[in-house]
Amino acid sequence: MSEPSKPQGRKFQLPEHLKEYKGIWVIVEQERGSVHSVSWELVGEARKLADKLGVEVGAVVLGADSPELNAICGDAFTYGADVVYKVTDPVLADYRTDPYTRVMTDVVNTYKPEIVLLGATTLGRDLAGAIATTLATGLTADCTELDIYMDNRSLAATRPTFGGTLLCTIQTLAYRPQMATVRPRVMSMPDRDDSRTGRVVEVFPALREDDVITKVLSFIADREQNEAQLAFADIIVAAGKGLGKPENLKLVFDLAKVLGGEVGVTRPLVQAGWTGFDRQVGQTGKTVRPKLYIAAGISGAIQHRVGMEKSDLILAINTDPNAPIFDFAHLGLVGDALTILPALTDAFGKRLSVNRLAG
Amino acid sequence: MHIVVCIKQVPDSAQIRIHPVTNTIMRQGVPAIINPFDLFSLEEALRIKDKVGARVTVLTMGPPMAETSLRKALSLGADDAVLLTDRKFAGSDTLATSYALTSAIKKLSEEEQVDLVFCGKQTVDGDTAQVGPGIATRLGFQQLTYITKIESIDQGAREIVVHRRSEGGVQVLKTALPCMITMLEGTNTIRFGKMDDMFRAARYGLKTWNKDTTGAEETKVGLKGSPTVVSKVFVPKPRAQKATMVEAEAPTAEAPSAEAMAAAAVEAIFGAQPKLADELLARAAAGL
Repeated sequence: MSEPSKPQGRKFQLPEHLKEYKGIWVIVEQERGSVHSVSWELVGEARKLADKLGVEVGAVVLGADSPELNAICGDAFTYGADVVYKVTDPVLADYRTDPYTRVMTDVVNTYKPEIVLLGATTLGRDLAGAIATTLATGLTADCTELDIYMDNRSLAATRPTFGGTLLCTIQTLAYRPQMATVRPRVMSMPDRDDSRTGRVVEVFPALREDDVITKVLSFIADREQNEAQLAFADIIVAAGKGLGKPENLKLVFDLAKVLGGEVGVTRPLVQAGWTGFDRQVGQTGKTVRPKLYIAAGISGAIQHRVGMEKSDLILAINTDPNAPIFDFAHLGLVGDALTILPALTDAFGKRLSVNRLAG
Repeated sequence: MHIVVCIKQVPDSAQIRIHPVTNTIMRQGVPAIINPFDLFSLEEALRIKDKVGARVTVLTMGPPMAETSLRKALSLGADDAVLLTDRKFAGSDTLATSYALTSAIKKLSEEEQVDLVFCGKQTVDGDTAQVGPGIATRLGFQQLTYITKIESIDQGAREIVVHRRSEGGVQVLKTALPCMITMLEGTNTIRFGKMDDMFRAARYGLKTWNKDTTGAEETKVGLKGSPTVVSKVFVPKPRAQKATMVEAEAPTAEAPSAEAMAAAAVEAIFGAQPKLADELLARAAAGL
């Protein structure tokens, strides 16, 4: 026999003392009464995984007790949760790493879920990194695909690495819980089922504000700052270097306006100062999943691709018929974006106004 | 004030190519750089040094060749540099990496108490954003990630006020030193090095530490200390079908006009997504 070194892969069998860890949890990201949609996407995904394993889906909702928080607990059931762990304390009103970490560490150690999922958002990544350290367990960041290896009932978390040039599947074998963060809009939004209900486990951690060193002085909401809300747009018209010069971005904005969509750009355009970082789509920018993504003058580098390839329909416009974007776009149009974009704006405008007259 | 900036030497991800036959990363000839996200944190540390006075120590864990990145950081104005290198660290995941780096920061703190640790928001090769929070948790430092601005820092009162990016907006946080900070990208621009610092960087005697120097336990580093296992590495599957090309009739042998192409594209989009067409038409009909 070889030494009992690190177990590898599917042949690994879970030690007896870790078998009491059961169920799949999603930590619901709630700030100021609104839930980040990634949390419901994850409840939907957890439902699929839990059905494979034959276990329950738990949703953990943390915050100060309020009617909004109760509504969120109800929503968790409609999206697929079986149990809601409702953790309430005035100290949890605003997200802060330290009290959230302490509370989550205790709740996980008490109820012992086998898998804990969070959104790969600023909150989720901040919290997951801290909890995985206190729990001394494995955490896989920014996953794009989750699956269960039934041989040993372990989570197989797949994520892009080296800027998306490679994918790797990562497992946490001899530790529990298995943790992962998942990018928003990678998993599809589950349908609501308003008839679903479940049980609520209330947790009162009894925290003291005096024990928390970090204080929230104020919160400056984005809507007051006029930033692009790219992640939630149904239609995105995106521009790449093929547009030539910053003035030509107007063509993209015109088309987006006719379609009621948002404008996205590739990283080089942000670096060249054409527009702000809030419009960047891709590995270091936002991941988007609109119903329609029109890519104008974008070659389709992997760093951009990972941020938009899950779009329902991708139309690529590029002068180079061999551009990599045509390998993963659904519709391709070989031509100069500078002439095609205004023509598209006209064509959509006409098509949509014809209907208004007819209607 | 003593500030430690953790940096990582990474391959320039923009220049990585996959070998078309073997499906492996072709590292040859890919230049090594300081992880771009680390530079925002290094610059912020240097600004604090300029403003209130501080000793800035850069720390990296990696193979001996990571010395290049440390010297680069020194040339930009860091005072000291530590290379944490040991074959036993090979294969460390984020939990083991944060453990090893923490052991080095604790040792640095014995020389001069560390008040601030800066890390990059994430790396461009691993992309995990987990090592910073891991270090903060292990040291018991206040954790401040995705910081867009350091509004004030009061050495006497040991207080710091920062702006932190969150999903719906910006949190203004006040907390006490010691803290671990990761800066959001685009919040500052890394300076050019001064001539004096470049000369100093070239001559500087790097501190090279290993597992035993920092007292790191062997079971907590490397593969042994890493809960995660990479079970498969593969190249993303290309979509089975390439894009359907939009084509349009042209009256003569010339290329079809932009108008004809656009009209064909609109029909193709609405044909592929009838639901989307309905929504857009409904919205247009409602005069929105």
